[in-house]
Amino acid sequence: MAVGVLALQGSFNEHVAALRKIGVKGVEVRKPEQLESLSALIIPGGESTTMAKLAEYHNLFPALRDFVKMGKPVWGTCAGLIFLADKAVGVKSGGQELLGGLDCTVHRNFFGSQVYSFEADVLVPELAAKEGGPETFRGVFIRSPAILEAGPDVEILADLSVPSDKSTKSVAQNPEEKSETLEKVIIAVKQGNLLGTVFHPELTADTRWHSYFLKMVGDANMQNCSSSEGVPDGSQRPPDLPIYQ
Amino acid sequence: MWKERRLRTRGHLPLSAARLINSPPYSIHRATLFAPFVISVKVVSIIGWEFEKLERKQEGMAGSGVVTVYGNGALTETKKSPFSVKVGMAQMLRGGVIMDVVTPEQARVAEEAGACAVMALERVPADIRAQGGVARMSDPGLIKEIKRAVTIPVMAKARIGHFVEAQILEAIGIDYIDESEVLTLADEENHINKHNFRIPFVCGCRNLGEALRRIREGAAMIRTKGEAGTGNIIEAVRHVRSVMGDIRVLRNMDDDEVFSFAKKIAAPYDLVMQTKQLGRLPVVHFAAGGVATPADAALMMQLGCDGVFVGSGVFKSGDPVRRARAIVQAVTHYSDPELLADVSCGLGEAMVGINLNDEKVERYANRSE
Repeated sequence: MAVGVLALQGSFNEHVAALRKIGVKGVEVRKPEQLESLSALIIPGGESTTMAKLAEYHNLFPALRDFVKMGKPVWGTCAGLIFLADKAVGVKSGGQELLGGLDCTVHRNFFGSQVYSFEADVLVPELAAKEGGPETFRGVFIRSPAILEAGPDVEILADLSVPSDKSTKSVAQNPEEKSETLEKVIIAVKQGNLLGTVFHPELTADTRWHSYFLKMVGDANMQNCSSSEGVPDGSQRPPDLPIYQ
Repeated sequence: MWKERRLRTRGHLPLSAARLINSPPYSIHRATLFAPFVISVKVVSIIGWEFEKLERKQEGMAGSGVVTVYGNGALTETKKSPFSVKVGMAQMLRGGVIMDVVTPEQARVAEEAGACAVMALERVPADIRAQGGVARMSDPGLIKEIKRAVTIPVMAKARIGHFVEAQILEAIGIDYIDESEVLTLADEENHINKHNFRIPFVCGCRNLGEALRRIREGAAMIRTKGEAGTGNIIEAVRHVRSVMGDIRVLRNMDDDEVFSFAKKIAAPYDLVMQTKQLGRLPVVHFAAGGVATPADAALMMQLGCDGVFVGSGVFKSGDPVRRARAIVQAVTHYSDPELLADVSCGLGEAMVGINLNDEKVERYANRSE
């Protein structure tokens, strides 16, 4: 079972490290032909505009769309989720090319600039039911998008309450404090074999989202799901960043 | 607050915890980065006992993927914006190019080319060099205009030690501050205490000691200085090699020698030890100062950097649109020489370089320690 990680820009190293932690080899993908042998793909966090530009330069969009159409599992975190959405608002002038497939509308930079980035323990009932562990997941939201609307076929896996005037300052400063007018935004969704999270599970030590995604891969191709084997910790591999808690 | 959360997580998570114990990647407790003198006080008072405890902690934590903690981190912990979010932002920039821009139009060119962020300035380093005088923070009005023009993150420079410039930049809501030696120094002795800010900082360094001193001051991202505005990669190579070389030496060092090594490079012992365990800087590390061609950018990546800053190299060249795009592609495909050859073709004139053998050229990199 080969899981690809789109390695154009962003947190692809972190995803590969998280996959290694659960004994799966992540393959870095930079060119269309590298997609052929893969059974699943992760589109990491990063700058979605940059990733879209690089995908366009190397003609990756047609191959990626085929990959989604074939029904192979694809998971987008943050920028990757924007990639997968059918519609994005708040994009650069001139628009931004999207992969599409996930029937929802994403606000590209819902929470605002970096000073409004935050961490919060979010309730993840579906994940806890499938993978065990605590009811909450430490969500790291970095200049994060949010899902404003989701179609009827989209399963909502997690949401977050934010003040309805979108002044996200209070969320960032006092996550505990209940503001009077709360509005729920969707932060994790699943539709068929597509998974999307607006936060970054690759930046935490909790690998439940990764194993959840791998189970989707297992369901998609039952015949070769037993072939996953531990990856030898090759010493030539460049060392990666620590996980800050 | 974090302490409670961790305990909670551990308590409820027997399965995942067991999995984590066998996992190689490292976690560092946030507090580690925030307790500069707690250690030294303890070390002086109860040396033997404390070291035994420290040893045990290191063992236990290496297994769980969490590296040592000293003290409770209450000293300088900024509750409002945890270090993980600051470093996380830099992690999202990895594998990308950050370009200096002086107008909203240039910012749009950079965004179109695929830059992962822009650095908003009044003058690029090459012009600062040519014009001389005191270089300060840019007009906040200009920075706001640039911020409005693009959707990618916007950074801006503050003078070293000028914490009020940093407060102003934080107030206008940009995404990252570069405490930069390219601007004239405001304080020869002290850098900004970056723990006091919600906004993350990137700082320059020439060697490992300088990098770790900046991280202890709260920098969540490091860039090797190079020599800005020269279009000459020699100093950038020197600084990246110095950092990477020191880390290689450190990795092979006996643990007993690390104390003396930390003293030699004038860096906090705990951060030196962390770097040894990780085999790399504990934060994102970009290269800067002299990148003018796609080949320069790919060289920095092959030497082990996480990304590249391009200052004057793009907009002081003959064809900024094509060159910007080529440098972005070179950073993504840094180990693919055929593709590098393709993107390097027909870029027009590169910026005029400055020969650094000339003693009269001021070395910005030597302005701060």
